[in-house]
Amino acid sequence: MIYDTIIIGGGPAGLAAAVKAKKLGLKVLLLDENEFLGGILPQCIHPGFGLHYFKEELTGPEFAHRFIREINKLNIEHYTNAYVLEIENYSDLEKKVVFSSPKGVMEVWGKTIIYAAGARERHAFEIGIVGDRVAGIYTAGEAQTLMDIYGVMPGKEVVIVGSGDVGLIMARRFALEGAKVKAVIELMPYPGGLARNVMILRDFEIPLYLSHKVVEVRGRKRVEKVKVVKVDENLKEIPGSEFWIECDTLLISAGLIPNVKLLKRIGAQIDPLNGGPIVNEFLETTIPGIFVAGNALLINDLVDYVAEQGELAALGAKEFIKNQGILSRKWIELKRGSNVRILAPHYISGERDVYIYARVSRPMENVRVTFPEIGKELRLPVVKPSEMLRIKLKAEEMQKAEKEITMEVEKGEV
Amino acid sequence: MKTRVAIIGAGISGASIARVLSKYENLEVHLIEKNADVGWGVSKANTALIHGGYDDDPEKYPMRAKLCIKGNRLWHEWVKELEIPHIWNGALIVALRDEDFKELEELLERGRKNGVPEMRIVDKEELFHLEPNLNPEALGGLWVPIVGQIGPIPAVIAIVENAVANGVKLHLETEVRGIKVEGGEVKGVETNNGFIEADVVINAAGLYADEISKIVGVNDFEIHPRKGEYWIFDDDIPGPRRVLFPTPTPKSKGVVVTTEISGHLMIGPNAQDLPKEEKENLATTREGLEEVWKKAKELWPNLPPRSKVIRTFAGLRPEPTGGDFIIRAEKEVWGFINVAGIRSPGLTSAPAIAYEVRDIIKLDLEIKLVEKKKWNPYRKDITHFFMLSKEKANELVKQNPSYGKVVCKCNHVSEGDILEAIKRMKLIGVKTPSIDSIKVRTKATSGTCQGSFCRVRIARILAREYGVDLWNVTLKGKGSEIGIGDVKVLLRGEVE
Repeated sequence: MIYDTIIIGGGPAGLAAAVKAKKLGLKVLLLDENEFLGGILPQCIHPGFGLHYFKEELTGPEFAHRFIREINKLNIEHYTNAYVLEIENYSDLEKKVVFSSPKGVMEVWGKTIIYAAGARERHAFEIGIVGDRVAGIYTAGEAQTLMDIYGVMPGKEVVIVGSGDVGLIMARRFALEGAKVKAVIELMPYPGGLARNVMILRDFEIPLYLSHKVVEVRGRKRVEKVKVVKVDENLKEIPGSEFWIECDTLLISAGLIPNVKLLKRIGAQIDPLNGGPIVNEFLETTIPGIFVAGNALLINDLVDYVAEQGELAALGAKEFIKNQGILSRKWIELKRGSNVRILAPHYISGERDVYIYARVSRPMENVRVTFPEIGKELRLPVVKPSEMLRIKLKAEEMQKAEKEITMEVEKGEV
Repeated sequence: MKTRVAIIGAGISGASIARVLSKYENLEVHLIEKNADVGWGVSKANTALIHGGYDDDPEKYPMRAKLCIKGNRLWHEWVKELEIPHIWNGALIVALRDEDFKELEELLERGRKNGVPEMRIVDKEELFHLEPNLNPEALGGLWVPIVGQIGPIPAVIAIVENAVANGVKLHLETEVRGIKVEGGEVKGVETNNGFIEADVVINAAGLYADEISKIVGVNDFEIHPRKGEYWIFDDDIPGPRRVLFPTPTPKSKGVVVTTEISGHLMIGPNAQDLPKEEKENLATTREGLEEVWKKAKELWPNLPPRSKVIRTFAGLRPEPTGGDFIIRAEKEVWGFINVAGIRSPGLTSAPAIAYEVRDIIKLDLEIKLVEKKKWNPYRKDITHFFMLSKEKANELVKQNPSYGKVVCKCNHVSEGDILEAIKRMKLIGVKTPSIDSIKVRTKATSGTCQGSFCRVRIARILAREYGVDLWNVTLKGKGSEIGIGDVKVLLRGEVE
């Protein structure tokens, strides 16, 4: 038996991919490593999900539940507690997935794979924090799991590294449960999260230290204090600016890294800036028939885009099976111009409309986003690294394109 | 009546002594450890090497010179009997400058004196055949094939499990408060958990051996902590095939570059002498880590980007006055044996130290030792899901579904592995559930993500199996709980 598509990961990208693929008439198998479907969503008990996708504001569990209901309604075959050990690419239409589950170590075959394994959090060692390796140091997501899935309070005096969305949301969670959030420490000169989440700091009177970093943790058995230092515009530490903050909890919210080890192992090419694979407009990786969606592709800011990518990958799987490959007369390379850090897809056919996902390197106001090769231009009042740009390129706009299209983000004329 | 022996400290030395003494039916052996689990002191953080025995000058450090090579030979048996993870991949002491060869010749000569087999100096061509990715400027090296690597805490655990199976009583979370001496003879050990009667007390207290010795009035040595710091990188970073040393200096063997037994590139240690009081100072430092980085780069220029580090850590070596191991029966107090200052090559020497102590009991204390008719030299390792073939794994899962649940994603550790580890912990008497106890037995939490996904899952399994609330599961013993209570505990005002 061979599935049309095997979807790895039951978070928002995988769930959306599974529902879409089934609706397109594909034979689907969904594998998820957790005890329950939903990925990280079940622990995101705050609102703000689904504004684009469902046109209403949901919590994480609600957003996940809508898809899980569909999974059940459509009778989509799925396993939980199923951890993929290995992917093998035998040929364009034969892919083997080996996974372990409480029912056994199984091998399944698929014509395509949609890889939606999400991301992992950067930890304290990766950001160069030295000192004692003691209790009280958590990644933000780990603290969130403890609090909002299992009902455990990690600590009472908290310092948070990183002002990204997860860090800010956890600042609020700790404050709401009666903890003292003593500081949010941000390396960059601007906050890393969505504007609506930065408001949390004002609401709960939490000090935000921009251009600062935590460099050291001290404590005997549990965190007792952390050392903070100011950095200059080149992110170099300023000698003499060190100070200590007493706390029992250090939360690391220093960014996410796409989880692509399995893809790398079978030779998928990785875009070092995105951290995820190089893909075409159907989110197919450089290995034919293996698609990727969600945070395994690039780090998204909104779950709505993650679901959208899952659906696109499902469409890709359908297309791939129909045509024995993703075919195109030519591939136009989408290239980074100035102030573009994250960018996908990497190759587009120019034959159909495509959404491009991008993030800038640094904030900018009064912005001109241009694609010089095709003469496209749009204006934006402001761009920030924390907010993903999602821009539609229409097929008719791309007719002029030859080998490449560059995305430039520049200051507009005053 | 049996002779009662109390060993203070369940590190690699104390555990090895307990195992060897468990062979004798007229001994009743108590192993006393202040931590929640075994091997959490000096044994926990070091370079994990089984040294060759060429390094220690027999004139200056006769004990080290004698016991290192003997220990190396014994480890070859012990790793098999006890199923301790290991690899015998040999070491290269690398010459980067012409003058280094003089030192290598001296090491070779010293090695011969100490009885190290098969050592030889290799030229550039052979050096690069043995280790292709070395610094291209390396000129040659000293090749020591008998060097190997083991998991030091897995070794302590294996030895303790075997000792306990052979009748040793392990007392965890038991801190020595005093030693009773009457009429010049030891009578027992006072602890926070009561008095343990003993005719022989063996002081294997690592960094605190000087303080234990002082209790009975023997204070002719001190133990200074010497800190060593390390970097470990992600498992997709290629490391060397051999253990790589620079040509040594008088103070230290230098910064080692190696692929540790789990397949991670590891570099370290530096050597930072700390004041005597700082026996708990395990903090890594910027300066120390930078020093290690710089020195490692001399041997291994292809160090990965810093973002590829998965852990940095520090360990303390117990540096004794005089520099040599202090292993002797103290004449002033009959029955008190010091096993102190077990610095490098202490891990290597441990099995030999154990036999040395046995001989001291036999010859110096003149206690006749009667071998047990039935002594079990073997101990089975727990299941490691990641080591099984697909077929074997499948078979196991069919019998017990918990083996099919992968808990640690980075290292493919299953719930079944963890349940086995917990069973073993209970068997030796671990009372406080700790994530670190699981980490060192299964490798869970020690991969790319450093436990950010699986720590909570492991804590849940521990809480269930130990019947405690989730927040009372600890990272590494009491005082390091993963939470302070349920999520409403602060709002109820129950925590000050």
